[in-house]
Amino acid sequence: MSIIADIPLSLIVLCSGLGLVLIGLWGMLTQRNMIRMIIGFSLTDTGIHMVMVSIGYVTGGTAPIINAAVPVDAAVDRVVDPVPSALVLTAIVIGLGVTAVMLSFAVRIYKSRKTLMIDECTESKW
Amino acid sequence: MIKRLFIFMMLALMALIFVQLASNYTENTSLSKLGRYYAEEGPRELGAPNLVTAVVVTYRGLDTLGEVTVLFISAAGVGLLLRRTRRKDGSEDLEQGDRAEETSGTHKAASEIVETATELLLPMVMLFGIYVFLNGHLSPGGGFQGGAIIASGTMFLLLALPESHISRLLVALTESLSGFSYVVIGVLGVVMAGGFLDNRIMGLGTYGTLFSAGAIPLIYTLVGLKVGFELSAVLDRFRKDDTGPV
Repeated sequence: MSIIADIPLSLIVLCSGLGLVLIGLWGMLTQRNMIRMIIGFSLTDTGIHMVMVSIGYVTGGTAPIINAAVPVDAAVDRVVDPVPSALVLTAIVIGLGVTAVMLSFAVRIYKSRKTLMIDECTESKW
Repeated sequence: MIKRLFIFMMLALMALIFVQLASNYTENTSLSKLGRYYAEEGPRELGAPNLVTAVVVTYRGLDTLGEVTVLFISAAGVGLLLRRTRRKDGSEDLEQGDRAEETSGTHKAASEIVETATELLLPMVMLFGIYVFLNGHLSPGGGFQGGAIIASGTMFLLLALPESHISRLLVALTESLSGFSYVVIGVLGVVMAGGFLDNRIMGLGTYGTLFSAGAIPLIYTLVGLKVGFELSAVLDRFRKDDTGPV
């Protein structure tokens, strides 16, 4: 019981994030269906966000918002690092944009070829 | 087969790197120098209780402008890729073949429950989105989150009332105007305050109230509107029909 309690909270998030990155890479490399490849990309994306958030964690820290629970003077000792959180906020939005463009490419390819299998699209294969 | 082996080897090597990373990991016990500066100076200097907002909107404001630009470009790309071309009636679109069973041209209506729930909940979802981006400097949330909530409201509308149209003109006008005003506020920061996108062009107000933290609520309102309308337009593009106004 004590071993489990000793594991830092952020290490759990970090390991889950790295695991998600691996699952996503596996999905992108092995799947032949374009939608599944895009899902793999999203998994990798989410995994990287989790890794970044876990790196910014400070032991016992809370959300970097000053309110009744976190007075201004004590903020430095009580909050987690706001910089990785801000970076992840940016990364989520960029990931959303990239996913939207990938999905619209998939829609276009499906419209012109009536298939989502990447093996059917061999013109630009070298 | 050899390809599978390579993929497996690559993943194994990645896993090895990750294991090394995770095994050497020690949790931070104090803030980094930069984080410490933001936590100490952010509330005093910019008047924003939400430190993430202070970093995103002011300290790293230029990055956020770039982020908004990336989102705009991706929305434009989706619009370009999924533009609805008017076809001659003879040429069968794939999608029309897909819904051959349905009566051509009309949509299957959503159930009564979904429609009624939408009428009841849609104003609240929109209001919540506006609340989230207006309070971005005080509470968790901000322009991007509020915009996403507004877009989820649009999604709701499109699911319940598939016949409804989103005005392209309104979307384009709101998007361009808010993007333009965002840049204008940034330039005003250079003229009137410390630099590009400095929020102190307006008074900091009473700390912790809605109208405080200088230009941050204004910037986040613009970002929220822009993101909300952009994502709504993207969702509209992904709709199945091709009967909407071009």
